[in-house]
Order: sequence, then structure tokens, then C-alpha cells
Amino acid sequence: MRFKSIMRLEARTLAPIVSLFLLIVGTALVVPGFLKLSIVDGHIYGSLIDILHRSTPTALIALGMAVVIGTKGIDLSVGAIIAICGAVTAVLTTSTELHPLIVLGCALLAGMACGLWNGTLVAVFGIQPIVATLILMVAGRGIAQMITGGQIVTFHSDFIDAIGNGFFMGLPARVVLAAVIVAITILVLRKTALGMFLEAVGGNSEASRLVGIDSKLLIIMVYVFSGFCAALAGVIIAADIRGADANNAGLWLELDAILAVVIAGASLSGGRIYLGLTIVGALIIQTLTTAILTSGLPAQYNLIVKASIILLVLLLQSKVTQNFIKARVQSFRRASDA
Amino acid sequence: MLNERYLPVIATLLVFILLYGYGMVEYKGFRDTLVFTNLLTDNAFLIVTAVGMSFVIISGGIDLSVGSMIAFVGVLLAYLITGLGIHPVYAAIIALCTATFFGMIMGVIIAYFEIQPFIVTLAGLFLFRGLAYMINLNSVPIDHELLVTLSEIYVPLPGRGGLTFIAMAMLALLAIGVVVAKRTRFGLNVYAVGGDVQSAALMGVPVKSTLVRIYALSGLYSGAAGVIFAIYTGSAYPLAAVGVELDAIAAVVIGGTLLTGGVGFVFGAFLGALIQGIIQTLIIFDGSLNSWWTKVAIGALLLMFILMQKAIVHFTRRYSGKNPEPPEQPALEKVEST
Repeated sequence: MRFKSIMRLEARTLAPIVSLFLLIVGTALVVPGFLKLSIVDGHIYGSLIDILHRSTPTALIALGMAVVIGTKGIDLSVGAIIAICGAVTAVLTTSTELHPLIVLGCALLAGMACGLWNGTLVAVFGIQPIVATLILMVAGRGIAQMITGGQIVTFHSDFIDAIGNGFFMGLPARVVLAAVIVAITILVLRKTALGMFLEAVGGNSEASRLVGIDSKLLIIMVYVFSGFCAALAGVIIAADIRGADANNAGLWLELDAILAVVIAGASLSGGRIYLGLTIVGALIIQTLTTAILTSGLPAQYNLIVKASIILLVLLLQSKVTQNFIKARVQSFRRASDA
Repeated sequence: MLNERYLPVIATLLVFILLYGYGMVEYKGFRDTLVFTNLLTDNAFLIVTAVGMSFVIISGGIDLSVGSMIAFVGVLLAYLITGLGIHPVYAAIIALCTATFFGMIMGVIIAYFEIQPFIVTLAGLFLFRGLAYMINLNSVPIDHELLVTLSEIYVPLPGRGGLTFIAMAMLALLAIGVVVAKRTRFGLNVYAVGGDVQSAALMGVPVKSTLVRIYALSGLYSGAAGVIFAIYTGSAYPLAAVGVELDAIAAVVIGGTLLTGGVGFVFGAFLGALIQGIIQTLIIFDGSLNSWWTKVAIGALLLMFILMQKAIVHFTRRYSGKNPEPPEQPALEKVEST
């Protein structure tokens, strides 16, 4: 009995990793040179590094989203927060003489303030997360346009540029930065009781309150963390194009992030946080996009492939399908026993 | 006796009258009926989408795929009419059937596989946008003499205003929506499912088939919105109507429908969409304000209405002396009393 449950757990966790592996191998078969890595000027280049580079914003947002979804919430406003923080970065860099570190700090604070707003609405006013974050999703891009004055503000800052496009020990700096944040998050959630508290709040918020968990404070913290991740992604995206585009920066990124969390096997009804697998999910999404682009398929297939994969994953995860498969396996066993 | 269920709709009506009254006092041009009929014409597709969305939200679900559906139907229409030379009437029927079919598929997945509507319709959002890209990547005109004839239909009203064909089509679809919600068994089932799925099932409401029909209806209405949008713009573009799902959800919420389901009015969605339109018109009349104020104002209104709903639910629960789940009680009363 015990052996079985461990096996099932492993199959569940292995699925995203195996899919990512198969996807990379499959693409490598179709696209020659996909796995090739070369070192130019001490920096590593190659399609795989490119995937890591491009998936950084999605992975960061998905990290915040995984924690939010773990508490039975959802954060739709991350795209808008990206736009706001990109705008803050661009405007502060162009119109003030502040040190780039302070600019970065301001952008991160702006994102965390947005998260605080979301968290307050959810935890204090008891508004459903979809609705509470919808408000900022609708208004956020307007606020970002207000900050930039309705224009695409371009800026130049060596420090911000280094975050977006620089290298650290041969690897893209933003990948290293994201990896550090992911590692810290995993450590904090898994080596302290915090992760268990969060999953408890997501599993049954009333029961967790009765055992003495301050669920309101935890929920606010979770949205602040999601805002922080979105802010960092916003700075990276702004650094990428050396400008802030209030209308298009991070558009639909919230959907990609939710998709990454779902691929990781977390249910939207909360109670489970899979951080490492969520990052694998973000990598799967980016690998797919890169694979479609490099294999010569028209780019418009991207959305359809993405949609089919979400549906496939959802159908496989659904209780109805799993019960059906279980019943089939059992009847098959009975037949072979007889 | 004034029922607390009507309070949100009355508040919406008040806001609408206040905004309209402000426009009439402030701007001379606003007093013409032309402003009102233009409001109907310009927001026709949004209102039709919001009517379909009302059913979904009253049932406790959400449909994120409507914006993509509008674009997909438009591109499909253009392909059928100019590409294959099919008469526009038949093309519209084919497009509407396709939209209903896709809505039904989403409903089947939601009802029979028990997956959250949020994520299923998110897949729909990707899928329909992707399908639209597959058919056509560019913005194409839809030329047919029938479209010219339709755009010439105009019922003059006192003043300079008049009803266009799409305004009349919208009003007809709105009237059908109101009647279906209030006067049919299906409509009552929608309220019952949204109020409490378990009670509804125990009372003999066919929950699953109702859910399938709700999403099929939303598909049909967003398909109709797509046809209206195609007539309105005279063209089809796969990137059209991005973000309309948010506007439609905002319209439904501002119109007094609880996002928890069970309580709401289809007519409220009409008012909610008109309020968004009027904010836009006021900003255009003002001339000095930028367009981003629309988004911020809609976000602020959204917040106001959600907090008001919270307050109403809170106080009814406190003063009615009972302590049930807030949205459950009114919904069940509604089913019994009508």
C-alpha cells in the first residue's frame, strides 16, 4: 500500500520533467544543432541558454503565482504590475539622477505595493481573488500609461541593462538572478514551517485559522511576494527592450504563468505548492515556443499547440479521467487474475 | 417591498443617470439623442458579449474566451464571404453554429470532467485566437452589398439620433436574454446552479446539462457579438477585441451580478456596459483627459461596486438573523418565488 502511494507521487512529479526532456530530445532530432553550446567571449551561447534566458520573466511570475494558487488564490494583475514597474523604472531613469539601485528598489516597492493592495482586498475585505486582482488588471495598465504619459519611454542605464542582458559567470545574469530567487523561495518554504502554513491556508482556511495560523497576514504576504516577482520580471522586460511599453509589456504573461503552475500539477483549488515543477512548467512553455519557431512551423501554431497542451493536461489531471483509468486498470487486473 | 437584491442594479442605474446628467449639464452636444444612440451602436458588441457572460457568471462560472471568440468569428466570416463566396446570411449562420459548438465543448469539459471554468475557458482563449491566426494573419475588409444595405438601415428618433441595425440587433438579443433568464426553466436552473450546486441537484435541476447549455449560450452570444463587430467595423482582424472578456466581466459586475453566482440581472450587464461607454464618451467630450483615464475610472467603479455588494451581503446577513452562505439564500428564494 505504502509502496504504491510513493510510486504514484513519483509518477506525478516525474511527468513534467519527462515531458520537458522528451520535448528537448524531440526538438533536437528535428532541429540540428539545438543542443549545441558554444563559448564566445567567455559567455555560453546556444538554444538551450536562449530558452533559459527567455523563460526568466515567465518563470519568476510563475513562482509567485504558484505560491498564490497554493493558498487557493489567483493573481490576474501580474501583467499590469509588470507594466507599472517597467514604467517606474523607465521614468525614474530618464527624469531623475537617482542611483540605479534606488531605481530598482523603487520599482520593486511599487510592485510590492500593488501586491499589498491585492492582498488587502482578498484578506481584509474577503473579495474573491479573481475579482480582487481583476480590478488592478483593468486599472493597472491605465496607471502605467499615466506614469509614462501615454508614451513608450526608452531609457539607458548600464546597471539595469546588466540585469536584463548582462552575463554572470558565463551565464545570463537574469537567469542567475532568477535561480537565486527560486532557491531562496524553496529554502524558505521547505526548510521552515511557512510552506506548510501556506498549504494549510489553501487546503482549508477555516481549519488553519482554528489551529492558530494567521491566515490573513499570510495571504497578504503571498500577494506581496507575487507583486515582488512580477516587479522583477517587469524590470527585466523593460531592460530587454530598453524601454517601457505600458500597453504591451507582459501582456497575457499571467496566463502563461497560470499555465506553468497547472502543468506542474497544482490544482487551482489550492493546497499544493510545487515550486521546482512550476519552473519546469515555465521551461516547457518556452521550449515549445522556441521549438515551434526554430523548426520552421508557422508562428501562429504556437497558440493552438499551447491550448491543446493545457486541455490535455487538464483532462489527464481531472478526477473523472483518473477514476476511469483506475477502474480500467482494476478490471484488467481482475481479468488477468482469473 | 424593496428587496436588497435590487440595490446593486438601482445603484448602477443611479450612477448611469448621474454620469449622463453630468454630461448633459456640462456639454451642450450631450443633450442630443445622437449621443445615446451612438452609445448603443458603439457598445453593441460589448453589450451582447456581456449578456452571454451574465448567464455564465450567474451560474458561478466565468468565460475568458469571449474576446478571442469575437475575433475568430470575424475572421471566419471574412473567409467564408470573401474567400469561399458564401452568402453573408449563411456565413453568419455557419459562424454562429461554430461558436455555439465550441462553447458547448467547453461546457462539456467543465461539466463532465469537473475542471474549473476559469482554466478551461483560458485554454479556449488561446485556442480561438490561434484558430483566427490560422485562417488569416492580416486585417481584411468584408465586402458584400448586404453589409452596405444593413449599414444603411436607420430608424430616426427625435433629435439627430437614430437606431442602426446593430443597435436594434443588440436590443433584440438583450430582450431575448432577459426573457430567457427570467421566464424559462433554463433561466431558473441557471440561478439555482449558481446559488448552490448541491441544493440544485437535490431539487432535481439537471446540473450538468444546464452547465453545458450555459457555455453554449455564452458561445452563441459572443459569436453574435463577433458578427455585430464585423458589421460594425466592416473588416476582420485576428487581433481584434483583445481584452473584451475583461470589459464584459466588468460590465456584468458593475451591473450588480455577484461573481459568486446565484444573484444578478441580465439587464444590469446592459447598464454596466453603457456606463463604460459613457465614461469613454465623457472623456472624449472633455478633450483634455487622456484615454487611460477610462481604464482607471472603470477600475475604480469596479472596486466601488464590489465593495458595495460586500457591504449589502454583510448587512443582510447581520439583520436577517440567519447565518447562511450569503449568496445562497436569495438565490433559493428566487427559484421558489418565481
